[in-house]
Amino acid sequence: MAVFPLWRKIRRTGRVAEPAGPRPAGPSCPKAAALRGSVQLRHVDAGSCNGCEIEIGSVFGPVYDAERYGARLVASPRHADALLVTGPVTRNMAVPLRRTFEAVSHPRIVVAVGDCAVNGGEFAGGYGVAGVVSDVVPVDVAVPGCPPEPEAIAAALRGLTGR
Amino acid sequence: MTIGGLLATAGQVLLVMAGAPVLVGLMRQVRARLEGRAGAGIAQPWRDLRKLLRRQPTTPTGTGWAFRLAPLLLIGTSLVLAAVVPLLTTASPLDPVADLFAVVGILALGTVTLALAALDTGTAFGGMGASREMTILALVEPTILVAVFSLSARVGSTNLAAIVTATLHDPLRVASPASLLAAAALLVVVVAETGRLPVDNPATHLELTMIHEAMILEYAGTDLALIEWASAMRLTVLLGLLASLFLPWGIAGTSLTALPLALLAFVVKVTLLAVGLGTVEVFIAKLRLFRVPELLAGSFVLALLAVASSFFLA
Repeated sequence: MAVFPLWRKIRRTGRVAEPAGPRPAGPSCPKAAALRGSVQLRHVDAGSCNGCEIEIGSVFGPVYDAERYGARLVASPRHADALLVTGPVTRNMAVPLRRTFEAVSHPRIVVAVGDCAVNGGEFAGGYGVAGVVSDVVPVDVAVPGCPPEPEAIAAALRGLTGR
Repeated sequence: MTIGGLLATAGQVLLVMAGAPVLVGLMRQVRARLEGRAGAGIAQPWRDLRKLLRRQPTTPTGTGWAFRLAPLLLIGTSLVLAAVVPLLTTASPLDPVADLFAVVGILALGTVTLALAALDTGTAFGGMGASREMTILALVEPTILVAVFSLSARVGSTNLAAIVTATLHDPLRVASPASLLAAAALLVVVVAETGRLPVDNPATHLELTMIHEAMILEYAGTDLALIEWASAMRLTVLLGLLASLFLPWGIAGTSLTALPLALLAFVVKVTLLAVGLGTVEVFIAKLRLFRVPELLAGSFVLALLAVASSFFLA
């Protein structure tokens, strides 16, 4: 186990998280008011090209560090307060998305991430596409962009946590 | 039963209840800082609990009493553990219960209830998590028993308070080979029992690698909050037990005046242990599941050597 090289690396690197901007003015949707600084998210890929997944990955990485605002990705929709849905909803994913939504306890929030999730984007009208996210489940917060920048996703999450 | 003992036990339970989420937050914060993150702050688990406690629990179709009972039983056993283990005082009114066998039994009761609840959901991950937890439990419980035997053999009692008092009267015992071997063995099993690295990764989202998390996938709202809270309390109590057995200085007896000092000593000891554990976790990866029994068998051998040396060298 290379403890000393790793320790040197930790010392040399220090803090890589970028400074947090000012706090959001208030909750971005009325359902978020009850969360008060803690939001658990379940990510659902409804047919995305994985571009948005890379950006979500970096939102929770050390640089953007969305966990400092109280947002956390969890392993089960039962643990979640909000769903993070990416991609146009393909025919195969329409039912699983619906079921995942129903597994979340009330009040449940849906965040549509990326152009595809919001309006179909590149894949709008494709033969395998059942619709956009709002055709299947009610969307509360939309994050446009192809893919959206990590700052935009982090800002949307801060709107939910209020921190 | 004395007033001092009663007060200290009540304080001990309240302290563990209030402090356990903060301890988990502290360990996460230490990890976050070492990973170059800013971290969510040590109060984040409390924010999570506050929110979860007000959310509605769900009962999945097909689940029965085992699923509904588990969170209550788990939090109940954790509270009993927090009351009987000598953390602040050795003069607890529950002293007769503070027996080694009772403590290990209560610990196992909580784990088994959760495993039964996981089986009750009937999902693939629930069954998988339960079977893994049972594998670990079967190796952890004997190690805890044997490791503390090596300490109780010299005292002639399996009462935890008696062991702690004896160590207080004869501090050099801590440096004896039996005590050191038992400390190493207990540290490994505490890490395994509380589901920390390298046995289980508390931050994982990958279903195939989870143990504890796989068992609680179906819980929501208040039920989930109780389970998370109970897990944090078990971690705090086990770290506290480790501190009491091997660094007992500061623990109060029957007197009231020693209580503030005992409180301070307990907080400092458990904080140091948690920071140490959090730091070590940054440097290690999770063990492959099939290697975990090797690690636990190793710690069992250490415990066995501790008993042998307490018998032959003392």
